[in-house]
Amino acid sequence: MTIRRLLLTGILLTAVAAPSTASANDVGVVKVSKGTTAVERGAQRLPAPVGTRVREGDIVVTGPDGALGITFKDNSLLSIGPESRLSVDRFVFDATTHKGSFETSLTKGTLAGVSGKIAKQSPDAMKVKTPPALLGVRGTEFVIRTGDSK
Amino acid sequence: MRRPVLVLAIVVLAAACAKYPKVIGPLARTDLYVLLPGAGGASSGALAVTSGAQQQTLATPYAAATVEQPGTIGTKTMTEAETRSLFEAALAAQPPRPTAYVLYFRVDSDELTPESRAMVETILGEITRRPAPEVIVIGHTDTMGSQEHNDDLSLKRARLVRTKLIERGLKEQDIEASGRGKRELLVPTADQVPEARNRRVEIIVK
Repeated sequence: MTIRRLLLTGILLTAVAAPSTASANDVGVVKVSKGTTAVERGAQRLPAPVGTRVREGDIVVTGPDGALGITFKDNSLLSIGPESRLSVDRFVFDATTHKGSFETSLTKGTLAGVSGKIAKQSPDAMKVKTPPALLGVRGTEFVIRTGDSK
Repeated sequence: MRRPVLVLAIVVLAAACAKYPKVIGPLARTDLYVLLPGAGGASSGALAVTSGAQQQTLATPYAAATVEQPGTIGTKTMTEAETRSLFEAALAAQPPRPTAYVLYFRVDSDELTPESRAMVETILGEITRRPAPEVIVIGHTDTMGSQEHNDDLSLKRARLVRTKLIERGLKEQDIEASGRGKRELLVPTADQVPEARNRRVEIIVK
């Protein structure tokens, strides 16, 4: 009986540690994913269906028919259109004080953004980089287009 | 064997970029940055655009900055229709906005008021309608009793709501519960004051 219980506990713990579950490294979740989408994490290129958990350092990419939207832990929303490439360079957020820092880079394509608690708490804490410019997001909604793709 | 070739290609490319930075500009397509109005008539804030030594601040809805050549920022005003059409796919992929609900409790208890019990159905509907839903439950109390008692009570309230939602089919991993005791009053009161509006649980649905 005891051994069976131990085994069962072991199985349950393994299930909890599976990659589909939440981790402290998660900074956001993919809520919308259409057409060809992927997450580049280090040397890995992973599919990015709805429910994919995004981490600091990830790069999300879309193909010619792709679009993808992420809700971040501070309630910021970022979504990209076709042939886009967005890198989550830095995401630090204190859920109690709402202080933090959120930096992304759009190297090509289109991006729609709604700022969240980080930008509300500290007006210069949310930034989006593009190849020719740096955007400071001061509590707002915006759209941007960059790069040479259609 | 492929790797050294790739590394070489990167090195050559990097060297070329460093040596002839002007070759990159003008950009193949003009960069465009547009400030949108906030949802529900909220203040639209501002977007500060910096390129090289130049900076422009966009502070009115549909104000736009263009960058054709790095270091040179142009400005214009877009119409809502042309913005919607240019950014149609990215805007259509925006996740639903996080929504907050509040449930209230009876005095010194983890029992919901009848009105709040009825609202649980509405919240469940909203959760199941969302893609990959995440729920954050935060319990609060009024100022009656000690800090310790209220920390315990607020967590109890949050966990009760969490359990109710899990019983109704929500995945455990998608719902967090925490208690804030009497630290975050909705209606400010002195200590040891019963206040129904402070005996609550906030539910944030993302």
